[in-house]
Amino acid sequence: MGELAHGAGGQIPAAEVPEMELPHPHGWWSTYVFSQDAKVIGIQYALTALAIGMVALVLSWLMRLQLGFPDTFTFIDPQAYYQFITMHGMIMVVYLLTALFLGGFGNYLIPLMLGARDMVFPFVNMLSFWVYLLAVLVLVASFFVPGGPTGAGWTLYPPQAILSGTPGRDWGIVLMLLSLCLFIAGFTMGGLNYVVTVLQARTRGMTLMRMPLTVWGIFTATVMALLAFPALFVGAVMLLLDRLLGTSFFMPTLVEMGQQLRYGGGSPILFQHLFWFFGHPEVYIVALPAFGIVSDLISTHARRNIFGYRMMVWAIVIIGALSFVVWAHHMYVSGMHPWFGFFFATTTLIIAIPTAIKVYNWLLTLWRGNIHLNVPMLFALGFIVTFVNGGLTGLFLGNVVVDVPLSDTMFVVAHFHMVMGVAPVMVIFGGIYHWYPKMTGRMLDDTMGKIHFWVTFLGAYAIFFPMHYLGLLGVPRRYHTIGETSFVPASAADLNAFISVVALVVGAAQMLFLFNLLWSLRHGRESGPNPWRATTLEWQTPETPPGHGNWGKELPVVHRWAYDYAVPGAPEDFVPQNEALPPPAHVAKGEATA
Amino acid sequence: MTIALLFLGVLAAVAAWWLARQGLTTKPWLETGPMDDAPVRGSMRVPAAKLGLGMFMTVAATLLVLLLSAYSIRMEMADWSPPPRPGLLWANTAVLVLASVALHRAARATRRGDREAVGSALLLGGGMSLLFLLGQLLAWRELARAGYLPANNAADAFFYLITAVHGLHLLGGLVALSRAGLRLRGAPIAKLRLSVELCAAYWHFLLVAWLLLFATLAFSPSFDWLVALCTAPFR
Repeated sequence: MGELAHGAGGQIPAAEVPEMELPHPHGWWSTYVFSQDAKVIGIQYALTALAIGMVALVLSWLMRLQLGFPDTFTFIDPQAYYQFITMHGMIMVVYLLTALFLGGFGNYLIPLMLGARDMVFPFVNMLSFWVYLLAVLVLVASFFVPGGPTGAGWTLYPPQAILSGTPGRDWGIVLMLLSLCLFIAGFTMGGLNYVVTVLQARTRGMTLMRMPLTVWGIFTATVMALLAFPALFVGAVMLLLDRLLGTSFFMPTLVEMGQQLRYGGGSPILFQHLFWFFGHPEVYIVALPAFGIVSDLISTHARRNIFGYRMMVWAIVIIGALSFVVWAHHMYVSGMHPWFGFFFATTTLIIAIPTAIKVYNWLLTLWRGNIHLNVPMLFALGFIVTFVNGGLTGLFLGNVVVDVPLSDTMFVVAHFHMVMGVAPVMVIFGGIYHWYPKMTGRMLDDTMGKIHFWVTFLGAYAIFFPMHYLGLLGVPRRYHTIGETSFVPASAADLNAFISVVALVVGAAQMLFLFNLLWSLRHGRESGPNPWRATTLEWQTPETPPGHGNWGKELPVVHRWAYDYAVPGAPEDFVPQNEALPPPAHVAKGEATA
Repeated sequence: MTIALLFLGVLAAVAAWWLARQGLTTKPWLETGPMDDAPVRGSMRVPAAKLGLGMFMTVAATLLVLLLSAYSIRMEMADWSPPPRPGLLWANTAVLVLASVALHRAARATRRGDREAVGSALLLGGGMSLLFLLGQLLAWRELARAGYLPANNAADAFFYLITAVHGLHLLGGLVALSRAGLRLRGAPIAKLRLSVELCAAYWHFLLVAWLLLFATLAFSPSFDWLVALCTAPFR
């Protein structure tokens, strides 16, 4: 660490914002490939996540083809169908959403928004990406091994995950578990970076309570992920040993095809505990960055300060803490002591309170705002509506008595796709449309963006709203073919066909988005440094896209919070965080705004 | 999962205590200027590497606590039969204590600026750690020869798993230690001091972790009282 002092006053401890020693790239490879620059690493993370996400998208198409038009596509046999489900779920939750929010947005935005030159451990940060890439490659490799990828369902429940009837039992499950372990190792390297950077590398004046909510969301989610992923790691390693060494951590005494297996005495429920001890915080690991980003999008594009900033910060922290004591609501149908069910139902419903506070605050930010309905804003609004819809069905499923009959139906599929599938993906799109100009210096095409939004938004509703209804009818999830049942009317098949057609269309709209990303790189309108007239530091960099070290010679000094929009008496309708203006009139008079 | 929840509860308390001192009740929309007198930065003047290692140790501790949680759940099952504990483990524990003491001395020597003493203490610490790992492997072999293999009983498997996870963490530490050792001659003393202090802290952590794991593996203490305590309000 250098001992360079910043700022003037003798009272300011010089070491408060020490200059970082940056590794300087030599040549093309260390600038763009083996880069230690968080911005490049963030883009690498995002592109890898989008690429593997496309695989998961195609898998969902294949599943929908089978559900909508059973017996038409002979190559989708039950084995393949289970493999599609498993890989779609795992890729979307872990390798796309987690990686893109924390690895992608986290890497790109944390140093820029805090006025830092880079992450505090650039080399470890680079390693984090490469280990993530390796995890993705191992996962992809499982498509090409004998027997194909695992078809155990994304929860990988033993004993069936490693029994011989399950597809991918030989190689697929082993590669999946290895890939998860690698992912967790890679994430831990990145996660330590994000946390320490937030705690240590903020520029002068950037107090915790001046951080944009995006950083608060990513920071809290990272802390949660660092504590939650070890549970998955322990579960994955133990399952791997059960599979490879024949240990009986999870495997009970079993008779398979008339033969007694060598396993005995293990507890499948133990795996479920470990899995969901990770799995439920995971929902909020994905949701909290989305909450943060959406707060910033709404404030910027409605030209209003965020309503109840303090409350927003507290809600993020409280949600993060509470999410560790609700995991067993995923296990109601596994059977548990009624007291436990009661306890977990209560904690689950309590989470609705801080979450509702956030929703109200977003609405009150919009209230009488100067709403610009540009593409990032559309996606942000789409998120709020979708998240509320998905959250409401969560209140149903959080109750034991309602969950038990609905748990194995399409209702649950609709619920979690709304709340942690579509909603966070809306924010990812909104975030990309919002920050693409900073990353490339060019705007994404507006018309293509609006088509992308409307097809995705309306399409998602056309897919998942009817799915709730199918679930209430009793259409089971995880079934390759429903066959003839007395309780499911024939019209359910028509609805399924409709959903499948819409799913194909929505999927195709994502190709437009990818095309837009490429096309605008060359043909997009030049954005200038701050096209959205936003206040946060990343828009105040001397160069766009920001250069190596982000800030030129001098680190910025922060003079205000991140949400000074439409300040009375200010020369413009936004005041950047590093702008030293005399205090605005309402503050001078001592009036508090919300 | 009671143990894991208790551990997380302690972490949450620490986090709450820290957050409470970060000015979370200030009204940032009323404040302008660089806030140089804000009290919020005081506790964060430790070097980034120290904080990073602290965070890493927290994550590693979470991992071990979750393993212990799984252990305590699994030991309730009917087939549980723990292996005999190899007497070698006592010797290994003593060796690990020596390694920790040696690194403590190395850290003290860097404060005096005595490079030679640092070198010999690092060498001793590294050697003792390697000896510990060797001892653990011998303990494995002793158990395996006596027929206690991972596939026999989950208790045996847990013994191998937990010692392996602990050993791998130590191995990772040895990489950092050898890097510090290689920089012994050239690096400025302040830098050297930081790396040696970090190594020492990590070794103390691994020693404490080992003592807890050893106690669990060797004596399988019952956590019934803990469960009783936690479920008491519901009875």
